[in-house]
Amino acid sequence: MSVTVIKPGLSSTLQDAGRAGHAALGVGRAGAMDGPAWQLANALVGNRAGEAAIECTLLGPTLKFTHASVIALTGATIGAHANGQSISMWTRCYLPAGSVLQLGGMHIGCRSYLAVRGGFDVAPILGSRSSDLHAKLGHADGRSLRAGDELLIGYAAPLKWPPNPKKVQALRWGIDPLTWFDFAFQPIALLPGSHFQQLDDDSRQLLLEGKFILSKDSNRTAGRLDGHMLKLRQTLELVSEATLPGTLQLPPSGQPIALLAEAPVTGGYPRIGQIAAVDLPHLGQRRPGDTVCFHLSTMDQAASRLADRQRRLARQIDIVEQRLHEASD
Amino acid sequence: MPLAIQFEAMAEDALLLRFGSTIDSAINARVHAAVSCLRQRWPTLECVPAYASLLLRFDPEQWQRPDEGTPHQHMGDAVLEALTDLPLAPTNSRLIEIPVCYGDTDGPDLAEVAAITKLTTDEVIARHCAAEYRVAMLGFAPGFPYLLGLDPSLAVPRRTDPRQRVAAGSVAIGGNQTGIYPDELPGGWQLIGRTPLRLFDAATDTPSLLTAGDRVRFHAIDQPTYRQLATGHAP
Repeated sequence: MSVTVIKPGLSSTLQDAGRAGHAALGVGRAGAMDGPAWQLANALVGNRAGEAAIECTLLGPTLKFTHASVIALTGATIGAHANGQSISMWTRCYLPAGSVLQLGGMHIGCRSYLAVRGGFDVAPILGSRSSDLHAKLGHADGRSLRAGDELLIGYAAPLKWPPNPKKVQALRWGIDPLTWFDFAFQPIALLPGSHFQQLDDDSRQLLLEGKFILSKDSNRTAGRLDGHMLKLRQTLELVSEATLPGTLQLPPSGQPIALLAEAPVTGGYPRIGQIAAVDLPHLGQRRPGDTVCFHLSTMDQAASRLADRQRRLARQIDIVEQRLHEASD
Repeated sequence: MPLAIQFEAMAEDALLLRFGSTIDSAINARVHAAVSCLRQRWPTLECVPAYASLLLRFDPEQWQRPDEGTPHQHMGDAVLEALTDLPLAPTNSRLIEIPVCYGDTDGPDLAEVAAITKLTTDEVIARHCAAEYRVAMLGFAPGFPYLLGLDPSLAVPRRTDPRQRVAAGSVAIGGNQTGIYPDELPGGWQLIGRTPLRLFDAATDTPSLLTAGDRVRFHAIDQPTYRQLATGHAP
């Protein structure tokens, strides 16, 4: 069983939870930019937690499925058709053998996730199937998918669903995307970074009250923020230290840069903030041109919102499992 | 020397320990001593050493206590306790020998480095091989070592026109540091030679030839030896 890439889309890569634990070797984590959306896509097809899914960016790929397959799409709202028939998101869908799945542009958001029941049978590198474009790790040395690529699908126990195996079809039940997608572009919670206090007064105010625009130079490594240049009260001579996804850096140009999933493991720019982990998936869904605002948060608030999100996610996955058990078997 | 460590709760699951604020061999040695001590105590704790700091990534739930304190505070207290009597340098660091073919096409900037430093190319090579270095940290790319211990007379500025492609294995000088490009990468350091050793191979259990804290020595080899060693492990 496999999937053949007919058109690759803008930048489609395999992603999972990422490559944790190797930063000391200069290897970053990578992984899905919108973790909850990726996890829910896996849950919807009944995969083990942790299977890789295809992360599509702005424009999705066109894929041909050799065998009958069970798929799910989550994340950014994307136009999806299989054999000409519209495909619903946030639910489980069935594609008969030979189906061509056409993923189009995204109406809202930047990244959609396509999980396939059985997962992608790609050799893990350092414990992960995530593609790291910069470090060239992952499927096909970490590059994005290309036309002609063939991805093997792993084994999964066959389902008794659907009743008619010749037709593209979906469950009548799905997850409410409002719970898992930030359609309102809410302000992003920011923990003050090591050099936050070194910003001059105007810059501190702009950072917390101004509107930034995600620049077109943004990618999985970093989101560059246009709109306001920020200044430190004095130039700092810093020694490189560890950086993380979510680290908000201020290079000498004055343009703030938010490090994202493929953040380098070390950096020498002033760190003016750290984006709350719970809001990183929301930032990962902003498109170039979308607005980004920040509000100051404390570690306690950030940690408790994250713990709450994790509880809700675990409960959502339980509900999905129960509903699918009732609906599919 | 009493330990003066600055703690910063950097993220929900990350605590940064700062041992100083300069690039200094003594401070860096302290960082690596702390890494080996903490890894021994908590084998699953992720430690990310840099020049003068050390990032710990931990599972906050495991450091939750019924009392008032935060996971970062509990972690910080436990770390301070674990680092009592911290030695000045790691006691068990490895010494790795790196063969280098200097100059010619393998080190296209060797002549320029000699010109800037007002040394002969042979003197540059001799001084580069004489020192013992320490891997201060790995970064920039998987397996790229930032080495401290360069003879100050060999310090040269980075190139004004960085190369789009530096060959894998290139040994280079950038400022007062030396390093090795583990893979073909863009780079602005001055290239003085090339090693046939493979620095990073993700397919193996120990993907990086060098780890932070290791000691390193270079020795000069000629081109036939380079070719012989390089074909021994051709990809």
